[in-house]
Amino acid sequence: MGRYLIKRLLMIFPMLIGISLITFVVIHLAPGEPVEMQVSMSPKISAATREKLREYYGLNKPLHVQYGIWVSHLARLDFGRSFGSDHRPVTEKIAERIPVTLSLNVIALILEFCLAIPIGILAATHRDTLVDRSISVFVFLGFAVPTFWLALLCMYLFGVKLNWLPISGLHSMGSDKLPFFGWLWDLAKHLILPVGIATFGSLAGLSRYMRSSMLEVLSQDYITTARAKGVKERLVIYKHALKNAMLPVITLLGFSLPGLIGGSVIFETIFAIPGMGQLFYQGVMARDYPLVMGILIIGAFLTLLGNLLADLSYAFADPRIRHGRE
Amino acid sequence: MTLGRRLALVLFAFLAFGCAQGTPEQKPRAAAKGGPPAYGDALVTGSIGEPSNLIPVLSTDSASSDISGLVYNGLVRYDKDLKLEGDLAQSWDVSRDGLTITFHLRHGVKWHDGEPFTSRDVLYTYKVLVDPKTPTAYSDAYKQVKTAEAPDPYTFRVTYPKPFAPALESWGMNILPAHLLEGKDITKSPLIRHPVGTGPYIFKEWITGQKVTLESNPDYWEGRPYISKYVYRIIPDASTMYMELKSGGIDEMPLSPVQYQRQTNTPEFLSRFNKYRYPASAYTYLGYNLRLPLFQDKRVRQAMTCAINKEEIIQGVLFGMGQIAHGPFKPGSWAYKPKVNDDFGYDPARALALLKEAGWVMGKDGILVKDGKQFAFTIMLNQNDQRVKTAQIVQQRLRKVGIVAKIRVMEWASFITNFIDTGKFECVILGWTLGQDPDIYDVWHSSKTGPKELNFIHFKNAEVDRLIEEGRETFDIEKRKACYWRIQDILAEEQPYTFLYVPDALPAVSSRFHGIVPAPAGIGYNLIKWYVPKAEQVY
Repeated sequence: MGRYLIKRLLMIFPMLIGISLITFVVIHLAPGEPVEMQVSMSPKISAATREKLREYYGLNKPLHVQYGIWVSHLARLDFGRSFGSDHRPVTEKIAERIPVTLSLNVIALILEFCLAIPIGILAATHRDTLVDRSISVFVFLGFAVPTFWLALLCMYLFGVKLNWLPISGLHSMGSDKLPFFGWLWDLAKHLILPVGIATFGSLAGLSRYMRSSMLEVLSQDYITTARAKGVKERLVIYKHALKNAMLPVITLLGFSLPGLIGGSVIFETIFAIPGMGQLFYQGVMARDYPLVMGILIIGAFLTLLGNLLADLSYAFADPRIRHGRE
Repeated sequence: MTLGRRLALVLFAFLAFGCAQGTPEQKPRAAAKGGPPAYGDALVTGSIGEPSNLIPVLSTDSASSDISGLVYNGLVRYDKDLKLEGDLAQSWDVSRDGLTITFHLRHGVKWHDGEPFTSRDVLYTYKVLVDPKTPTAYSDAYKQVKTAEAPDPYTFRVTYPKPFAPALESWGMNILPAHLLEGKDITKSPLIRHPVGTGPYIFKEWITGQKVTLESNPDYWEGRPYISKYVYRIIPDASTMYMELKSGGIDEMPLSPVQYQRQTNTPEFLSRFNKYRYPASAYTYLGYNLRLPLFQDKRVRQAMTCAINKEEIIQGVLFGMGQIAHGPFKPGSWAYKPKVNDDFGYDPARALALLKEAGWVMGKDGILVKDGKQFAFTIMLNQNDQRVKTAQIVQQRLRKVGIVAKIRVMEWASFITNFIDTGKFECVILGWTLGQDPDIYDVWHSSKTGPKELNFIHFKNAEVDRLIEEGRETFDIEKRKACYWRIQDILAEEQPYTFLYVPDALPAVSSRFHGIVPAPAGIGYNLIKWYVPKAEQVY
């Protein structure tokens, strides 16, 4: 197990180099350069000024040299400064946005699991009944409805018509002067719509997973045995079946790790939430190479780490796998 | 908005409401409670984009200049009638030969941190603009300066090698505090996120991705602004912003034509908001690649203009919220000639006659043919809803006179890099944002046809070249006017572009704000005089 772990950890580095090389080339292949995005079609800029700006950003060097410089900085954990006109360190720009995205995603993830698991169980235990069908319709509705459209409708209903909830942003004007609980309540009101809609949209996947996994377990011999020996149905389901049915769901949790720092552009744009999705999108549109590369590398690292954790947790949770490897 | 920014004809820019002109129109509204001017309250405004950098020489986006325009001042600025007036400079003299401009600076102006403002600050701003180590997009106008000097704390003098009319306007650039920046690396200055200026509003805080807050400057030399707080909320989605406006989350925003015409005429909306309407400083055009034989005959270009119904485009695309463009100047400005000799208005019969003259004959399938080739080409444009609709209307009209136009829509960066910069296009639909100074050297002079330069259609006309040069080398408005009026007649005759339309700026502002006086400069020019009567204050 220890050797396996070390091997897996060491594998992360060549993978990261591969990922960074590909993304570096792809982003540089996209038409337009950072300088172009800032000054293209602006009349008061001469060719000399343009060239000066390119030199300032090091864009006049050959691509492999640029990559070399970038990697050598990265090796010292220096992600560089943004090519955006604020010239701020990339890490600072990311650090500013991660808390919002992370906490929103964590809340949404917890809600998603808390809702999807009972829904899945309910659907499985009432298989092919009206309950099961209604649940299917409900979760697939959430899956199929375009989130931005639903978000706009809800904003109109709850924000404009009923005036119950704020429409966008995270805080109301003057919320910084409120006492702590008032401030928290204000924040919570701002989060109801985005978190609620994000959760509604993601229920389908997990709850269907839970349902099928539960059904599979319920059809196994040991459940029949349990029922035959007269165990109460409640106990059969929640004690005997649930434990095993949860296994694949735990793995899914591991895979959700990299998703936690990635935000959704559309979602963040509609709700005016200053998260990672917007930052990345703006970075790509402005061809802000260091920023884009920085986010991608952190994302790639977390994905690899998430995969590793998922594999490990699977091994820990399932004795068959653990013993198989030993 | 700084003058430096206004100076730039930045393509595809925001139609910010502060820099428009013409005759504003105000819709009637329900009687407000009213009351005398009072200090207090806050103006919450919405912006799609977030400022990037609050040191104005380093940023190029409209959001940054919205904020820095309130925090900083320039030496000069445009007044409500779009005439240059003194800002930090009380007055200025231009020498007889037009080579030297002497600015007499205002006494007693203080930076927000209490330091006095002097000519040292102006000299520093000039030096940082021309410093090769400064990554600024604005250096070109200042590199023309031969010498810049500050003989005493309240005098600043610049000399040019030859008279250069747009020079005066370039001193509208926001002046930076030398005592905080001199000798430091400007790209790493804390002022990037915490500006210190001389303007009517003092920077308070900037929460990334959420808002920028400014507070009124009690010691402002023009008097303390009535509205105590200015909050600039970042709301990246236009539909969200509109709902925020309706629910009271923001107090003002620019409306789209459909919102202005169709969605905001309820008594409820009109009682809570005032809508304003005036021509924006921008126009949209259909440009021809004049290097191609197809478009080299001016009769063909004239015929295309005659075939296109501009009024129909304005109705269809802008819901009537705009006007026909005839040339490259702002309607209503002094450089604009109200009636050009022949503007080739909508007239399909004339179009057909002109095309026949140019040797095109109607084929059996209803498509014009010359030398065995059909009249067909592609119109290229970027993903911009209004331009896409415009292209479709143009396409239909051209088809009626036997011309086949295909439409190709693409992403901005690849459009500019792969097609405009390389000259590989036939026809484009694009727009220009106009500065206040009418100098059009960069877009129309024949020397500007190089790679990545803005005369990308390759318009070359010796008379226009001469008139453009004459126009920028004199400070005499009458002489300049004569040049620009003649240019408009030539462009109308040549039709290198089919000038399509000038859209209207359509801001809506909460009706609790009083003191808004629409003028050719729009409504934002007198922000410090806007007020909310005590009874109506909400924040």
